Amino acid sequence: MSVELDVFVGNTTIMDEEVYQLWLDGYTVNDAVKVRMEGGVMDECEASKDVLLSDTMDQYRTFQMCERLLHSPAKLANQLLFQIPPHRQIMLIERYYAFDDTFVREVLGKKLSKGTKKDLDDISAKTGVTLKSCRRQFDNFKRVFKVVEELKGPLVENIRQHFLLSDKLARDYAAIVFFANNRFETGKRKLQYLSFQDFAFCAGQLISNWTVGAVGEYNMVEDMDVDLDKEFLQELKELKILITDKDLLDQHKSLVCTALRGKTKVFPEMETSFKNLSRGLINIAAKLTNTKDVRDFFIDLVEKFIEPCRSDRWTAADMKLYLTHYTNSAHILDTFKHQVVWDRYMGVVKSCIFKMYHD
Amino acid sequence: MPGKLKAKIVAGRHLPVMDRASDLTDAFVEVKFGNTTFKTDVCPKSLNPQWNSEWFKFEVDDEDLQDEPLQITVLDHDTYSANDAIGKVYIDIDPLLYSEAASVISGWFPIYDTIHGIRGEINVIVKVELFNDLNRFRQSSCGVKFFCTTCIPQCYRATLVHGFVEELVVNEDPEYQWIDRIRTPRASNEARQRLISLMSGELQRKIGLKVLEMGGNAVVGYLQCFDLEGESGLVVRAIGTACTLDKLSSGSAPNTNTHMHPNTAPASNACNSPSKDGKEPVFVEDLPSSSGPPTPFRALPTSSSSPPPFSPSKPCSRQSSSSDTDLSLTPKTGMGSGGSAGKEAGPLRTLLRQQTQTALEQRGASSSGLLLNAREFPFFTLTSFPPGFLLHVGGVVSARSVKLLDRIHNPALGNTRSYKLLDWNSVTADEPETRDAWWEEIRQEIKSHARALGCHAVVGYSESTSICEEVCILSASGTAAILNPRYMREGCLDIGCTDHRFEDPSPPSCGFCHIPYDELNMPFPAQLTYCYHCRRQKVPDVLFTTIDLPSEAAVAGKGCLIQARLCRLKKKAQGETNATAISNLLPFMEYELHTQLMNKLKLRSMNALFGLHIQISVGENMLLGLASATGVYLTALPAPGGIQIAGKTPGDLSNEHISSIQKRINDTIAVNKELYQINPPKLFALDPEVFCGINMELAEEGVGSPIPEPRHRSRLFRSHSESSDELSELDLSHGKKDAFVLEIDDTDAVEDIHSLLIDAPPPTGFYSCNTENMPGISNWTSGVQMFTSVRVLRLSNANLTNQGLNKIFTDLCENLLKSFYFKLRSMIPCCLCHLNFTVAVPEEELIQVTVTAVAMTYDKEQTQEKTAEKPVNKGSLEAEEQLQFPLELCADSSSSNIQTASKISGVAESTNISPRAASVDYGSFADRCSTWLELLRLKAHTIRRGSVKTSRRTQSLAHSVSSLERCSPLQEGRSRSLRSSRSFGGSSVTVVKMTPLSFLPGIRIIKYLGIINMFFIRETTSLREEGGVSGFLHSFIAEVFAMVRAHVAALGGNAVVSYSMKECVFMENPNKNQAQCLINVSGDAVICISETDQESSASTANTGQTGGGGTDGAT
Repeated sequence: MSVELDVFVGNTTIMDEEVYQLWLDGYTVNDAVKVRMEGGVMDECEASKDVLLSDTMDQYRTFQMCERLLHSPAKLANQLLFQIPPHRQIMLIERYYAFDDTFVREVLGKKLSKGTKKDLDDISAKTGVTLKSCRRQFDNFKRVFKVVEELKGPLVENIRQHFLLSDKLARDYAAIVFFANNRFETGKRKLQYLSFQDFAFCAGQLISNWTVGAVGEYNMVEDMDVDLDKEFLQELKELKILITDKDLLDQHKSLVCTALRGKTKVFPEMETSFKNLSRGLINIAAKLTNTKDVRDFFIDLVEKFIEPCRSDRWTAADMKLYLTHYTNSAHILDTFKHQVVWDRYMGVVKSCIFKMYHD
Repeated sequence: MPGKLKAKIVAGRHLPVMDRASDLTDAFVEVKFGNTTFKTDVCPKSLNPQWNSEWFKFEVDDEDLQDEPLQITVLDHDTYSANDAIGKVYIDIDPLLYSEAASVISGWFPIYDTIHGIRGEINVIVKVELFNDLNRFRQSSCGVKFFCTTCIPQCYRATLVHGFVEELVVNEDPEYQWIDRIRTPRASNEARQRLISLMSGELQRKIGLKVLEMGGNAVVGYLQCFDLEGESGLVVRAIGTACTLDKLSSGSAPNTNTHMHPNTAPASNACNSPSKDGKEPVFVEDLPSSSGPPTPFRALPTSSSSPPPFSPSKPCSRQSSSSDTDLSLTPKTGMGSGGSAGKEAGPLRTLLRQQTQTALEQRGASSSGLLLNAREFPFFTLTSFPPGFLLHVGGVVSARSVKLLDRIHNPALGNTRSYKLLDWNSVTADEPETRDAWWEEIRQEIKSHARALGCHAVVGYSESTSICEEVCILSASGTAAILNPRYMREGCLDIGCTDHRFEDPSPPSCGFCHIPYDELNMPFPAQLTYCYHCRRQKVPDVLFTTIDLPSEAAVAGKGCLIQARLCRLKKKAQGETNATAISNLLPFMEYELHTQLMNKLKLRSMNALFGLHIQISVGENMLLGLASATGVYLTALPAPGGIQIAGKTPGDLSNEHISSIQKRINDTIAVNKELYQINPPKLFALDPEVFCGINMELAEEGVGSPIPEPRHRSRLFRSHSESSDELSELDLSHGKKDAFVLEIDDTDAVEDIHSLLIDAPPPTGFYSCNTENMPGISNWTSGVQMFTSVRVLRLSNANLTNQGLNKIFTDLCENLLKSFYFKLRSMIPCCLCHLNFTVAVPEEELIQVTVTAVAMTYDKEQTQEKTAEKPVNKGSLEAEEQLQFPLELCADSSSSNIQTASKISGVAESTNISPRAASVDYGSFADRCSTWLELLRLKAHTIRRGSVKTSRRTQSLAHSVSSLERCSPLQEGRSRSLRSSRSFGGSSVTVVKMTPLSFLPGIRIIKYLGIINMFFIRETTSLREEGGVSGFLHSFIAEVFAMVRAHVAALGGNAVVSYSMKECVFMENPNKNQAQCLINVSGDAVICISETDQESSASTANTGQTGGGGTDGAT
């Protein structure tokens, strides 16, 4: 005696958020049943294991049928097959596109290609995220990437409208797309301490300040938020004067030191390392015209600036103080003409470093 | 050429990719009606094409408009090879044909392919221009409205109920035509879908014609079914109740509150509550009888006024019911299947014969034949009625008959290899051995059963079939009843649907329980007592019915779903042997199902069943029986006794064992009483407790000396198998008060008792019923979830016993219920309503159970203190009025009570039954503040019974409170849900609610848009890829829902009420990776609005309306 067929279809599609999460997390039906049993759902309605199994199977089937629609979330709203209340639709989409930070950290900045997809089982083993879930997340990244690639207009807004995601999630996806597009190196050992959210913040800064779209006049250009502003990168070379011109460098240093003196315990260290640090930051700026060096932007920031400061035991407050004065002092230098570029560069670098300066 | 159909194809979306190379589609559309086809341009390379076509115009007869669907085919253009079909949409034009329904069909329809399912959507606009047609001999019946709803639809009032209409149409099944061997499955499926669509169109038109001839304008309780008879053809049949409905002008739709209005109520119900003017001569005859066509009940007042007209023949007519399961294999001309007619009592038999023959002669020939037919079968497919309509209920009447399909000879079919529709009736008018004659036979039987119960009508009537290979079981059942003839004659059913659920000022809270038959000439042994409510009339100890619980009935506690399940193995056989075997088994099954129901009813401490539906399904090697009903405690009926266990002989089984079982049973009863809150008004409540005590005693006694004598039992047995009335069970208990004895004589009996106790009560927070209204719950909130669930079990064990099978089947049903409870747990507190189980044996070792039901949330808090809550929910003014109302009534009614009481003291039941009924109606109120006279009489009764000796006063008060609470369940629900719907806010336009009930909580139906009747076939040759059988069926059911919703939305509607899935035939062949499924669904498309929206305007406007209706009725 066996159950040959067992279905339950509601006019309003019944979806249990807990089961949905289990499905998204890549649990098999049997594992999901086990998890649910442990979760105590059985006590709720005097249910037996069979009831739970039947329910889980039904829900899994429903999710599988919905999955096609979730690939283009806009369809979910005007499809006729499932009657799902709007707030449920939002939940379905948001959860489907949600990802594990540990997983995304592994693929951040990698090319979203078949090659990477093949490595997913390694990533799965490493992160403890099930392979099924890895695949879904990876496919989501790829899908979003592909869609926005061809769209004009602001990246975050495009993602939000096209995939009906919350602002937060849309920004995260924008970061992922931005990283994948520019292939930023994030996998090096020295960068391991950084979380996805750190990078996502930095990406947000770069997108809103350094891309083509950041400059108001270009409004509807393709990839405006994905590609860095070439002109700006070119102009960055001009900043070299701050380290090549000896007078300017000294003048800059003295201005910063005057401002900092007595305000921090690590002042002596700041004074000694000023030139090194300044050279580091400005060399990063000057090299950004090279695609290769763009990729190394974050590793460079860590190596050239964050690590030296950390070894001198600067606190985060020290760092903030230093960078603020470092940026502002440049404005007082009368021979330094590139104030706009300087602000555009330092604004982003400053906030990125603030975000990245932690253990 | 009385009609112009116009269609415009606007756009498509989400089309499938048809060209792999470009990942796009070059779509165009063919629009076909009848034999005319139009095409749109090709919209190249798009998955979201915009055709924006011209208006395609079809000039057609309205007859065709009724029969034919508009067929829209979406294709992919291919320059070099044949165009590929993407899918089709069939649009039923019917809703556009009545003036008040939809004026345009416009919206997105899923494009459906029988192999691939839904493939994108298409936006279509359809309009119809009808020209006036004065042709008297027209074949169309445009304008006749159809309703699946089995009550008078909301926003209508019935001015006249004409009676029973039926029709059937037969054709060859395309699946079994020679051409099917060479065409693709898709073509075959589409041919079938189209044919069935045509046939149901034709059927509807023909029924419409009958209604027009009767002078009606609507069919209520329309029930259409398919019989897939395989080789021998395809039958589409329908039954319904013809009515003349008046639309209540919009805005004045019956508002629940106004009905409680002290001023309007008497006026509007002048004719319903003749007690008010009881001294005046009752206007039975004061209607111009020549106006309008003769109504079915013209002939009936005689029989209704003198209930025992058949008393001489009664003892014999009992026997006649053996034909329940009569097998008529021999094609004979003349009436009746030999056996059944033969056993009829002389006079009755002749009578029946004459009637039938006349009917047959006249059938189809003229309108007089039609009318005769309607009069011949005073059947009503309605299950709930306006107050006062239903006077008495006799009990369930049912009939079954086993037929062999291969014996049907139909020359017309044999030769025709076309889709030409054949009208079986006309072809075979002189050939009795047809399906039509079969049904005729069964209906006759039902009618004679009803007469045996002293009733002149059958309500809650339905018909069904079960087919396996060439054997077909035809079943019909209903509830024998006496209706108030004045409703028929004068058409003073001035009550819209909403009203009819609510309080009539004369609530017959117990009237319908009173026996319609003569006490001295009882059609079966039953134990009668005086009504526990009014103490004036006799009531049976249990009441089984197929109708819904009348809203005015006084109940105690909550109701619950009660099911009896049974499996019987049978040998595989062919032809007549098989049919004989089946028909021999049927009475045993009916008996056992009945016993189970009775036991389970007692186990729940209830005394009445409503919505009883018994389904017997036939398979190759087994028969399945499933009886579902809603149990309830009617306070008018005596409290049920317990169940007592007895061994066959002393020392037969260990005493301990028996007493332990007895203890379990007693415990279960106690638990159930608690669970369903069965605390009947104290006055009577003491009885069951006393009985309980008696049971305990008996239990102990029983151990030593078993009570029933085997002979007695077998007598009971026979009487049962032979009768289809379901009332007789309790004659055992004459000696020992109400104790129902179960005898343990073998291990089977032990099993039976165990299985009795297996039924788990629903978990806390859940209730369940299979009727429209849940007894004891009325304060619905707006949560509604309709669902369909299908489960198929494969029996792998070849040598199963009956017991084993029973267990499996019972577990299957129980597990399904458990699954529902679990899935819907987020809706707690909630009630599963209209739980409709259907069973089938699709293949030798498969059992299929299909369930459709709706879960509705209710407000738990308010159940307890309903009366107290009232003023909060309604305006303060209305609250005041409500308070006045009962008081006023009490004064009024108590006087009429006294008055009629004296009248009734004799057996004198004159033609004037109405005053009596009315006085009974007031019973509950009378109790409340009754005169001492009343109390004294009650006391006398009770003392005679010798059960209670406590303060009467408080008891009767308690009682009256409870009856007040129950007096208008729906009204409560609605007004209460106003609040909750406010918080939920308006739902978005696209949402289409579906419910098998005739109403939606907190929502008022303002317009009926027409009937939805859809038939789909889905087939796959890649079963595994679609997720196996479950995946396949899951998506198909979801698709069917989607298509129903889309059609309703296109009509401008936002809900489907009275939705039902009538057919779900599933076949699979896993080895070939194939499966096929057929689904037929129906319902009423409606526009409804949240009650808050129109509350104020409605209540004011309605006052006038109801008043007007009242005067109408009185004249």
